[in-house]
Amino acid sequence: MPATTDTILGVFAHVDTTVRALEELKAKGYHDLTVYTPVPVHEIEDVIERDRPVSKVRIFTLLGGLVGLGSAWILTAWSSLKWNLLVGGKPPIGLPVSPPYVIIMFELMVLFGGVATVIGMVLLGRLPRVRASSSYDPRFTNDRFGVAVHCAAERSMSVREILRAAGAEEVRA
Amino acid sequence: MSAPETPPPIAGGATLTAEPTYADVNRDVLSTLRSPGNLYFAWMCVVGLILTCGILAWTYQIFMGMGAAGKRTPQMWAMYITTFVFWIGIGHAGTLISAVLYLFRARWRTSIYRAAEAMTIFAVLTAGLFPMIHAGRMWFAYFLLPYPNQRQLWPNFKSPLVWDVFAISTYLSISTVFFIVGLIPDIAAVRDATTGWRRRLCAMLALGWEGSDRQWRHYRRAYGLLAALATPLVLSVHSVVSWDFAMALVPGWHSTLFAPFFVDGAIFSGFAMVLILALPMRHFFGLHAYIRDRHLDAMAKLILTTGLVLTYFYICELFTSWYSGDHIEKASLFWRLTGSYSWALATMYFCNCISPLILFWKKARTNPVILYVVSILVLIGMWFERFNIIVPSLGHDFYPYTWGVYIPTITDTTIIIGSFAWFFILFLGFIKIMPSLSIVEVKETLAAPIKDTRHAGHH
Repeated sequence: MPATTDTILGVFAHVDTTVRALEELKAKGYHDLTVYTPVPVHEIEDVIERDRPVSKVRIFTLLGGLVGLGSAWILTAWSSLKWNLLVGGKPPIGLPVSPPYVIIMFELMVLFGGVATVIGMVLLGRLPRVRASSSYDPRFTNDRFGVAVHCAAERSMSVREILRAAGAEEVRA
Repeated sequence: MSAPETPPPIAGGATLTAEPTYADVNRDVLSTLRSPGNLYFAWMCVVGLILTCGILAWTYQIFMGMGAAGKRTPQMWAMYITTFVFWIGIGHAGTLISAVLYLFRARWRTSIYRAAEAMTIFAVLTAGLFPMIHAGRMWFAYFLLPYPNQRQLWPNFKSPLVWDVFAISTYLSISTVFFIVGLIPDIAAVRDATTGWRRRLCAMLALGWEGSDRQWRHYRRAYGLLAALATPLVLSVHSVVSWDFAMALVPGWHSTLFAPFFVDGAIFSGFAMVLILALPMRHFFGLHAYIRDRHLDAMAKLILTTGLVLTYFYICELFTSWYSGDHIEKASLFWRLTGSYSWALATMYFCNCISPLILFWKKARTNPVILYVVSILVLIGMWFERFNIIVPSLGHDFYPYTWGVYIPTITDTTIIIGSFAWFFILFLGFIKIMPSLSIVEVKETLAAPIKDTRHAGHH
């Protein structure tokens, strides 16, 4: 790890130039990149997600859903044992589950799964951010694409060169 | 991103403006947040006045007791539960657009989904008032929640009414979560383009959204998963509501047809409400470049389809009652067709079965006036559908000595009209505070900016 790292930002107006810059940077071995886009764009995702695992949000969803299912089963079963309301001569708890309780279990599964998904998104996406990152530009929520390269200070000139050659309309540190 | 859709020619030979660019979308959506004019305040005043009448009527009912609402045996579930089911149904179109059509990648959804999702939340918030208004002592509403009291007495989880509490609360929570998640990137766009109080508010609400690859990666995955969770939810909510009736033995209610029948009706009325909100939005905000004729056409086709399915269900309902051979079921049906409420049944058949048929005509599907009239008729028809299920069935059940006719009072009618004002005041407030057209999703359907056009559209 070098002592000083620079962040070079290239601002792009087009998808194809952004993709060209990303391909070039990846080929040259720059992997510490942050890409800002106003919308998710398939072409850009194809490049940057190529060697990344799938987002872990789905694990949050799965765990949340299972916790919801389990807690609803426990709630319904335990409370029917507490106050035994026999209906139609059926046992207070059916095994594995009484049919009416499936509805409560389904609802809590969706509720807990949904809330866990959002928690996962917030945690994994490192939200909330109190302060904007140094390379952020307000145009990135409008119509510009940004590629921020984190590199050793002595390499910053060649990074600037790559970004400019790919068609960046603005390159700054 | 795939190649841009070629816009279809507009009937009447009007020329289309060019496809908007990303910057156009930001500009046009932000222009909807400008300080409102006199017309907006006039509407707010009218709606506020009606809402005040509703609140006064509710106060009167709390003060006088439930007799003021005209409730007496046998129709203890009269207009309030009718309106409750009506509003829950309205909400369904929003979730259908935002979850089901998202999973099916229906691209036309993007320009209406934000307004439709807001409509869902406000409709469920309106519906949620009615069990409380209906129960009378709404300060005991917390009895519905599963909490241990001093006698270890829990809600009866075998009761459809408790299922309903769970279904509606989950529906409201998940719709709200879905709505807020969808808003985050848009709020960030508003934050970056405005100043003053709105910028400070949006900076807080956007959670520091920057649109970086890390944020989008998890956001996109989370959004897909939420859509996958919300899809069975939207079908289950109105099914559970229908079981409030279908699980009871009352003739006219006790039917396995109810769950799909209710869900279909909910989507039918929900799309009518989306049109009622989207058509003025398009007109007053000048959003013709985004809410195009093909969007209206698609919604009209959905109304037509669900209307035809509903007609099938009506016929099926009649046939099932008749074919069951059940004496009491048949008597109840006969009374519904010919008795005191036959006018309500005729209104329902006209509004829900006959009036949408005009949408077979292509010109009607893109004509705002015709669509508006059909939508209002559909809403009236769907309100009467719930009325026809609840009131005549309760009024003519097993024993002749319990039969009765329900007569509305000024109090309950005013509360119900007030609920519409509550819904519209929430929506009117929303469209001036938050982007009512999704900035991100509209951009996603546009052609991404390409410099070297020779290679464009290779996907």
